Amino acid sequence: MSSLAIKGNGLQSKLLWAAVVALGALSFGIVALSRGENVNAAWLVVAAVCIYFIAYRFYALFIAEKVLGVDPTRQTPAYQHNDGLDYVPTNRYVLFGHHFAAIAGAGPLVGPVLAAQMGYLPGTLWILAGVVFAGAVQDLTVLFLSTRRDGRSLGDMVRSEMGPVAGGIALIGVLLIMVILLAVLALVVVKALVGSPWGTFTVFCTIPIAMLMGVYARFIRIGRIAEMSVIGVVLLLASLIYGRTVAENPAIATWFDLHGETLALIIIGYGFVASVLPVWLLLAPRDYLSTFLKVGTMALLAVGIILVQPELKMPAVTKFIDGTGPVWSGSLFPFLFITIACGSVSGFHALIASGTTPKMVENESQLRFIGYGAMLTESFVAIMAMIGATVLEPGIYFAINSPSGVIGTTAVQAAQVISGWGFTVTPDMISQIAQDVGEKTLLSRTGGAPTLAVGMAHILSGMFGGRVLMGLWYHFAILFEALFILTTVDAGTRVARFMIQDMIGSVVPSFRKTESWGNNLVGSALAVGAWGYFLYQGVIDPMGGINTLWPLFGISNQMLAGIALILCTVVLFKMKRQRYAWVTIVPTLWLLVCTLTAGLQKIFSAEPAIGFVAHARVFGDAAAAGKILAPAKTIEEMHRVIVNDYVDATLSALFVAVVLAMIVYGVIAIRRALGDPKITAIEIGLHANIPGANLA
Amino acid sequence: MTLKEWSVRTARLMVGIPDYQTYVEHRRQTHPDEPIMTYEEFFVERQNARYAVGKGRFRGCC
Repeated sequence: MSSLAIKGNGLQSKLLWAAVVALGALSFGIVALSRGENVNAAWLVVAAVCIYFIAYRFYALFIAEKVLGVDPTRQTPAYQHNDGLDYVPTNRYVLFGHHFAAIAGAGPLVGPVLAAQMGYLPGTLWILAGVVFAGAVQDLTVLFLSTRRDGRSLGDMVRSEMGPVAGGIALIGVLLIMVILLAVLALVVVKALVGSPWGTFTVFCTIPIAMLMGVYARFIRIGRIAEMSVIGVVLLLASLIYGRTVAENPAIATWFDLHGETLALIIIGYGFVASVLPVWLLLAPRDYLSTFLKVGTMALLAVGIILVQPELKMPAVTKFIDGTGPVWSGSLFPFLFITIACGSVSGFHALIASGTTPKMVENESQLRFIGYGAMLTESFVAIMAMIGATVLEPGIYFAINSPSGVIGTTAVQAAQVISGWGFTVTPDMISQIAQDVGEKTLLSRTGGAPTLAVGMAHILSGMFGGRVLMGLWYHFAILFEALFILTTVDAGTRVARFMIQDMIGSVVPSFRKTESWGNNLVGSALAVGAWGYFLYQGVIDPMGGINTLWPLFGISNQMLAGIALILCTVVLFKMKRQRYAWVTIVPTLWLLVCTLTAGLQKIFSAEPAIGFVAHARVFGDAAAAGKILAPAKTIEEMHRVIVNDYVDATLSALFVAVVLAMIVYGVIAIRRALGDPKITAIEIGLHANIPGANLA
Repeated sequence: MTLKEWSVRTARLMVGIPDYQTYVEHRRQTHPDEPIMTYEEFFVERQNARYAVGKGRFRGCC
């Protein structure tokens, strides 16, 4: 990307950028203004890419040079602490790949699919505006801050710049987001595998395959990553192909034809076992597989969209912008901005941008390319997910994504309900698509992964294989998503375990010893129990679980982004660069408004579909009258639903409290910075060893 | 750097294994008297470090 970002001096480059602006405006106009006719996805791609280039060339350059004042003569931690291991000056293109692989995950693939219920336009606008003005700004600024502080983590930086209490609150925020993130991602896998022997068999196979690879790379041919990865991919594809045979053989298929509850318990048990096994056996090899598969599949999808140029069947805007949509509840503001978190702005990236990447940056002048550029690429993944969801017939999209509590459990019922919304679809169309991809049914496969898999199968089979291979492409897409979600579940459980051990350890010091098996088992059980609780609750929810959990995840992720951007703003003031602080203040305010509004609505909305308390009240009143409402079958289950509602409401209240506390600490820190005539930002390695270095 | 070198290095760093040759040269230049890990030791060390709990190594979630 950067090689194209020519310095805008010559007439030639001015003409080039004028052409990019004109092309972007034209394609954007076609995407935004077309009504009634199907738009080709190529226009969406061109519009997005033009916007990315313009934002990167002008806005990101402004942020890097004027707002942050990157200093190309300043020594980076990679040189200062060079150890050949953690701190290594690394070529920027190599580091870009590393950073992108670290930030990219399931988030940008799921959010846009869910947002598509409002049409392709609202989600697309938020993905583009969000990444340019919020997400990429956050990633770049946090990466910059961490690079100037020896690669310190977000929590450390909040502590040193805003005080220990603010640091502690930020850590609680991080733990909450981990718990909800793991629950919702595990739920996506459960929803994709319920009643799907082909998918379940293939995903189960990844475990022995990974173990085989792990043993190979640790004992047989140590460190031969390419060899082990080729072996893994070949075995994986073999299990994918053999999965069809398994699904077609009723005797074997029953073993892999599981209910949601069973799958949830299996994943919870798996999460526990995986997080105490040695990393080389399961986590590392599967991580290698999922990383390569993830990056490869994203590239393949980009090629597919460019070559096939599918048409977007979904209208630009649907009637569900009023908040009555079946996929998730709530109106466009604030819930659209919560639903699409990753891809626009993701607080999680602040953790990664203050992780390994800042320890490898060669020069501050490359921060723009790595921080801002990688986030633009992630946003493009979100655009592709949006395309994947909206190339489907809208009727099919709603059949896959609406909970069974709304559309019923048969194709006939579903077709009737969905056609009633104005999206014509026949029972035959619904059964045909399931048959094409080799599934018994696709009704109410909520969670985004199956929709994206059908969309990807649609696009990729258009490029190669046609209808015959659609089943294979579909299950390949499911496998690819499940694989890296399970890697996240494993790695995330370890992180959550450590954070829990650290927190309890501040009260009971002996609990901090991470080498102790007893501590590990207890810590893992607590971590798994925390996300497992929300996962199980989501699985038994007749509204599909995603409906409840995804907004909570979105709120927590945006909350973390809000914390990161508050830190960025505070540091800009402490650096005496407040003249430019609007660059981080504007997205901070927007995220705070969205998370606070959404969080408060989730607690207090009178609409039972949105407000947890209102929902609990409906169930409470019914229980008092001796009535039983679905999904509960007994009066005990009624009470459990009520307890879950109050747990969810408490969690939302915690999110709101964390956000409010961070605002208070942010304002205090800013006032203090304004009152001090000196620069108060606490940077490390201020004295550059390079002659003539600028110490600003 | 050729395209092939770039691909190999990027793919390896994506899974947490930095360039071994760079490590060797660094050790030779800065710590000529100290032992240098073999590639196998280097791989095992890096693999463990990537998943070392508690070093703030968050990856691949969103």
